[in-house]
Amino acid sequence: MQKFEYASPTTKEQAVALLGKSWGETEVLAGGTDLLSLMKDFIVTPKRVVNIKGIAELSLIRMPRNGSANIGALVTIEQLIDTLGRGFPAITDAAKGITSPQIRNMGTVGGDLLQRPRCWYYRAGFGLLPKGENGEPLVANGDNRYHAILGNDGEAKFVNPSSLAPALIALNAKIKIFGPAGGREVAADKFFVAPRSDSDREYTLEPNEIVMGISIPPTLGVRSATYEVRQKEALDWPLAAASVALTLDAAKKVKAARIALGHVAPTPWLAEAAAEYLTGKTINEDVAAEAGKIALAGAKPLSRNAYKVQLARVAVKRAILQAAG
Amino acid sequence: MAEYKWPEEGKRSHIGKRIKRLDGPDKVSGRAKYTYDLNRPGMLFGKVVRSPHAHAKIVSIDLSVAEKMPGVKAVKIIQGPGAEIQWAGDEIVVLAAETEGQAEDAARAVKIQYEKLPHFVNEQNWDAIPEANRRRPSEATAGDPAKAFKEADIVFEGSYGNEVITHCCLESHGLIAEWEDDKNLLVHQSTQSVSANGPQFAQALGIPAGNVRLKMEHIGGGFGSKFPVDRWGIEAAKLSKLAGGKPIKLMLERDSELMVAGSRPSVFAKVKVAAKKDGSITGWESEVWGSGGVGNFSFAGLLPYVFRAGVENRKEKFSVIGTNTGPQRAWRAPNHPQACLITMSAFDDLAAELKMDPLDLFLKNIALTGTRANVYRDELMKAAEMIEWKKMWRPRGEGAPGSTKYVKRGLGLSLHTWGGGGHASDCDLTIHPDGSVELKMGTQDLGVGTRTVLAIVAADTLGLPLDAVKVHIGDNRYPVSSGSGGSTTVGGVSSSTRRASIDALNALFEKVAPAMNTTAGKLEAVGGKIQEIGKPTNSMTWKQACAKLGTQPLTTRGKNPGKETLTTAGVGGVQMADVSVDIETGIVKMNNFVAVQDCGLIIDMKTAESQVFGAMIMGVTFALFEEKVMDAQTGRMLNPNMEFYRLAGLADIGNFKVHMMTGKGYDERGVIGVGEPPTVSPGAAISNAVANAIGVRVPSIPLTPDRVLAALEKKGGASAKI
Repeated sequence: MQKFEYASPTTKEQAVALLGKSWGETEVLAGGTDLLSLMKDFIVTPKRVVNIKGIAELSLIRMPRNGSANIGALVTIEQLIDTLGRGFPAITDAAKGITSPQIRNMGTVGGDLLQRPRCWYYRAGFGLLPKGENGEPLVANGDNRYHAILGNDGEAKFVNPSSLAPALIALNAKIKIFGPAGGREVAADKFFVAPRSDSDREYTLEPNEIVMGISIPPTLGVRSATYEVRQKEALDWPLAAASVALTLDAAKKVKAARIALGHVAPTPWLAEAAAEYLTGKTINEDVAAEAGKIALAGAKPLSRNAYKVQLARVAVKRAILQAAG
Repeated sequence: MAEYKWPEEGKRSHIGKRIKRLDGPDKVSGRAKYTYDLNRPGMLFGKVVRSPHAHAKIVSIDLSVAEKMPGVKAVKIIQGPGAEIQWAGDEIVVLAAETEGQAEDAARAVKIQYEKLPHFVNEQNWDAIPEANRRRPSEATAGDPAKAFKEADIVFEGSYGNEVITHCCLESHGLIAEWEDDKNLLVHQSTQSVSANGPQFAQALGIPAGNVRLKMEHIGGGFGSKFPVDRWGIEAAKLSKLAGGKPIKLMLERDSELMVAGSRPSVFAKVKVAAKKDGSITGWESEVWGSGGVGNFSFAGLLPYVFRAGVENRKEKFSVIGTNTGPQRAWRAPNHPQACLITMSAFDDLAAELKMDPLDLFLKNIALTGTRANVYRDELMKAAEMIEWKKMWRPRGEGAPGSTKYVKRGLGLSLHTWGGGGHASDCDLTIHPDGSVELKMGTQDLGVGTRTVLAIVAADTLGLPLDAVKVHIGDNRYPVSSGSGGSTTVGGVSSSTRRASIDALNALFEKVAPAMNTTAGKLEAVGGKIQEIGKPTNSMTWKQACAKLGTQPLTTRGKNPGKETLTTAGVGGVQMADVSVDIETGIVKMNNFVAVQDCGLIIDMKTAESQVFGAMIMGVTFALFEEKVMDAQTGRMLNPNMEFYRLAGLADIGNFKVHMMTGKGYDERGVIGVGEPPTVSPGAAISNAVANAIGVRVPSIPLTPDRVLAALEKKGGASAKI
């Protein structure tokens, strides 16, 4: 591991003052379940590590009676599951999909959103947009069985690894951010981007900003669910996942729908056309399957991952059926 | 002269009982120290600089920066300029520093220039294998295969395969080497052969064999990959000398463990089976290729697996494919799981083609298995009863009871065999005048219960409780016992222990007989007493008897092989799997998995069953998850970690049931090892169950969603494509 300076601020103002102006100089430490491995493998080599665990307000949870929720970035996945109870099934389904008890106990909500891609070329040191010695793209020509099937036109071919992001997007959550200029909020679906260079990140956060937490609008009357297609029940990332939030009218027809996919694109993927298709319909298996098809209409599989199109369709279908109950 | 045999069923006080392993509490509490856990005084940390290239020539090595790094105590080139590297991960330089971090920093500061050469790492597709990588095939013909195929009612053709997998020992390979003085080396090593490795160090280092002390208390997995001393192990000993004899700890990192510490060859096969309408198999033809990386391996004499003895008309071709990946090593029942997968899949497909229940087809052909046909028949019937085969089995693709629109359930079966027997083993059994008993043997407990078995045999023979026997193993100063391979350990070590115990007891009888007014031949040891046979009132407690030894403890040397045989070779086993396949996602889940196994006389029922459970877990992993993924572009392994090198967790394995065959027909065969046989069938049984569930064969293992969906789509099985 490269030597680094370690800072342990106790306020958000101190924290952002310690962060660098460009990515890579500094890294933020929370649960450390991802950062430590990245540092040990020299995938990231920060000069300064800023431990934010001393900032008390980042651990707060507020759940007013209107059905909304404010969750601090440092809340662990296990605390999140315990706290949310049955009110936000899309989120708790996704959180329970993190099947490693160690990661659930150490890993945080903020860390889940900001963890780096699991792409095996990236993790082997070939870069975020992995290239060989002569600059040839490694994913497109290589073993891309776990890579993106949507939004993969650019150089980024990895999939966003966040478990919670699709659920937060489906529930119209906002990401709360703090930086030198003060606080701001970004809609969860606008938070993530596909990087264009190795030195970019996979989110719109600025290098000197920190994620404070998430804010979920009132969910009373919203039926939600997350379905993960996963090969293993024990520690494993999903091959494809979908989160769905539905509001039904008295006749059980869909009034509003939001669908987001995970593990299929360099960002969590908002499936707007599929959601629109659902609006006004009564949910049944055929309708759900059709929504899955529409959600994946733009899929462009790479050489080895066409199977993921089917998996993502099924994830959408099953999440819809699960949400509709 | 003493007579050496195992006690009759009614006379066994510990043998065959369900006894918890003696070192269990130490292991679960963390008191048990593995090589990885040990830290020696003044210890340095070793790191190996490895080739990032799969095929390259070393042009130059610059150690100047590394040597001056803080804490660095010794640096040594393993392969110098001019050497041709054949796989990514091969060792180039080894160095040692005061902390692990310093050693890693120094390793990164070593500058090596390579001249890259073309590499080849993917052997799955025969047509894409360059001629240069196809080593000369071996071919064999027996009987008249042409005639058999011509006269067959049905000729079934199929293709099957499995990927290279690794041993993935949870405790990685490694050692601590230190020089006690100029001429004496002490090694703590994670190894399957405590007694045999000393001489390997001695020879390589030019010191007498007796000058190497080798110790190992506990080992976290070997599976066949931890026999010889690796080149880097010898280099660590040399490095220790350079560092003034200080202990150097060199354990492989997880990625190295998966890249260089051994693997099991892939095997791919095109198979033809000739049969009669009634399912009788009359001929076999196979073209097989596979890769053990840069290493060689042989597949001769195995196909058709288990049934070979009776299938007289055979034609076989086998080609080894050389790839630029690390060499293969023995992996629990080398070559058998692959041979089993090919054979049992083909026979199962044949049964489906003939619209037969595969259980009937296997029973129909059971005589072809040769001498153990009756064992297999009994085991098939037992396994079928345990998994309720007749109630649950449905023809291929119809779905067993419990199937739904998208989740199809299926059953599959497989047969396997293995040798076992007992390896060479010496031990010393000492009875002390205070009544305590010690057993010393240069064997090792691979986590399978060897310590426990030794205590059971000695205590049973001496009529003592288990805790009366102190077992010392894991040190090459103890009498020599062979490496643990081929499932020969329990046969070897229990035989020598039994002989030593019988001899010691007879010697003790001689000592005490005069005081009991009888002769040694009329005495027996039962329940902590020495007593006259048929006259138990004439007795002496064990302690009183041992006091008659005076001041001199009584030590006997037990040997194997020896007079009379206490072990034999050859076992059979049957496994049946019950799976559910989600035909929308291609995900396979285990429901029930049944194993029926024979292994002669069982010393400890609990640890024997545990061996089978462990094998089944490894087998589920092989069938569903494992693959050493090699990248064609970079020549590197893409998944040298526990994230993408997937191992089954407890939630993935379903319900296991194990039945050990015991009693008449089994016990009298003596003690036979069971470490390997139950690892053989899972791939085949699970693959067959999946085929039964979804109506088509998924041709190669692991049965991952992409492969399952591709098979469903290609052959028009129960596809549920959206």
